Amino acid sequence: MAKVRLVQGNEACAMGALKAGASFYAGYPITPSTEIAEHMAEMMPACGARFIQMEDEIASAGAIIGASAAGAKAFTATSGPGFSLMQELVGYAAITEIPVVFVDVQRMGPSTGLPTLSSQGDIQQARWGSHGDHSIIAIAPNSVMETYYQTIKAFNLAEKYRTPVIFLLDEEIGHLRERFEVDENEEIEIINREKPTCAPEDYVPFENVAGGVPPMASFGEGYRYHFTGLTHNEKGFYSSALPVVDKFNRRLVDKIEKNVKDIFECEELFVDDCDVLLIAYGSVARSAQEAMNELREAGVKVGLFRPITIWPIDEERIKAACAGKKAVIVPEMNLGQYAREVERIVAGSVPVKKLCRVDSELVIPEEIIDMVKEVLK
Amino acid sequence: MKPIYQEYFRNNLPHIWCAGCGNGIVMSAWARAMDELKLDKNNVIGVSGIGCSSRITGYLDLNTLHTAHGRALPFAQGAKMARPDMDVFVFSGDGDCAAIGGNHFIHACRRNMDMTLIVINNNIYGMTGGQFSPLTPFGKKATTAPYGSVDPSFNLCELAIGAGASFVARGDIYHAKQLTDLIVAGYKHKGFSVIEVIASCPISYGRRNKIPNPADMMQYVKDHTVAKAVAEKMTPEQLEDKYITGILHEAQGREYTEEYAKLCERVQGGDK
Repeated sequence: MAKVRLVQGNEACAMGALKAGASFYAGYPITPSTEIAEHMAEMMPACGARFIQMEDEIASAGAIIGASAAGAKAFTATSGPGFSLMQELVGYAAITEIPVVFVDVQRMGPSTGLPTLSSQGDIQQARWGSHGDHSIIAIAPNSVMETYYQTIKAFNLAEKYRTPVIFLLDEEIGHLRERFEVDENEEIEIINREKPTCAPEDYVPFENVAGGVPPMASFGEGYRYHFTGLTHNEKGFYSSALPVVDKFNRRLVDKIEKNVKDIFECEELFVDDCDVLLIAYGSVARSAQEAMNELREAGVKVGLFRPITIWPIDEERIKAACAGKKAVIVPEMNLGQYAREVERIVAGSVPVKKLCRVDSELVIPEEIIDMVKEVLK
Repeated sequence: MKPIYQEYFRNNLPHIWCAGCGNGIVMSAWARAMDELKLDKNNVIGVSGIGCSSRITGYLDLNTLHTAHGRALPFAQGAKMARPDMDVFVFSGDGDCAAIGGNHFIHACRRNMDMTLIVINNNIYGMTGGQFSPLTPFGKKATTAPYGSVDPSFNLCELAIGAGASFVARGDIYHAKQLTDLIVAGYKHKGFSVIEVIASCPISYGRRNKIPNPADMMQYVKDHTVAKAVAEKMTPEQLEDKYITGILHEAQGREYTEEYAKLCERVQGGDK
């Protein structure tokens, strides 16, 4: 039986991580993510998992990647300034294809910004924060319960696709306390990295396999091989040969983008039966849903498309959801970081309206209602 | 019997280093230490940062991680925490360890996790073509110090001792046998072992500082290193431009992964 409790988003993230099999955490204190570190420090020793507080966020990112190479399921949690510091190593995890999860509880930036107040300002940083072309997976839940389940999914996707996964909470969700009802013995699919079955001398750790994700041996399993942040050949050693470099860089992107149908998850409410479509994620999606409910009670046909997976984007699905609408409204706590993706995808076929707040306050339902009325005038 | 290089190196030689570079001597000293210790290669992790010295991991037949500039130690500590039963060697250089990785170095010393760090100090950033590092002696020339460096250098071993490393030693590329012995002793010591190696870069350091010939550079290393026992009988003036070699510090300290394991036992036993 599931016990009903009042739980905070950050705590749900910590519990989800343990359920997913997280065996290593490294982090550095930063508001509003610190509760995750505190929960891990408290819970990990009891199950023999390892916790370490590092000297900064760069060290935290390095430690989780090193631990994952040695076979651990590893993650860290931070917020904007720390996430900025980690970016080089997000790229390192991407190029070496070492699975790790970065939790970023977003706060108002840029720089130190507003440390305890909310934002969704890291949407584009999650995608493009590290240099070079690689793809990434990012997830943004909108409730405490969903935080738990999507944290598990973040680990699953990291392991399945051998990639860093960015888990984008916003401060509102991270610090939100609400009803939490999870059966600890619930059967949930847990995905672990695929291991090589061949003899060590036949192992090609970065092979261009069909599907794009080669099996991964951990340190100590008899497959002695090399990880490097240098562009490498299928064996893992530095290569500057043009066809090798080209093929490698394209595989890093394709292994995510070509599996978008498997990765992408969203919630659609009245999408087929609406004149105005709201596209919102994270905490703002709660306001959007409230606005939609109120408007529909008044007979206004409004729908909600809520991406749970922020990256990669299922562009076909967004295009289909937006087709034929009088307008699409994208409320978010930034100056249009997701709206620009929607604009790019619909390419002028539907008017896209931005509803942006960057004063650290949540976009409220009334503002969304006003804009819906405005576009229907 | 196979030659040592066949046993411990991958078959991807020749290496990338310039003629006269000291890195190969350090790499072979490490291999001789491995041969003496008879470690199971499957159970050894090699980690390095970025720079000439850090390319070593590409050649070693181990589980290897060639990481980002300055970050070898965080990666190594994460790996060691995940697999405390595995042996970890970390390779770094003076720029990688003492500049960009300086903070990680201090905290790795403090935690005293059981691993062996080998810092190859050639007094210069070689990979990028000869800029001064925090270990370039005052007044020496570099591409970013064309008139001589006004940056003071510092003593990495003293920093390591101050920060809590429980084994600190210095070797050099001229005394290769001593270097092998130091690596063996560093490995055998339980805790964080730091071995600084005074090395040579005739191309990027020597040419600008009037020692362009590799043999002269080697002579320079020989002339500027003094064994600890000898140094104890010398005056501070005589030691001014000398590097003291040998085991400089050895102490018993709490080893981090053991302490963490004890903590887990305590928590699991219900004692908080």
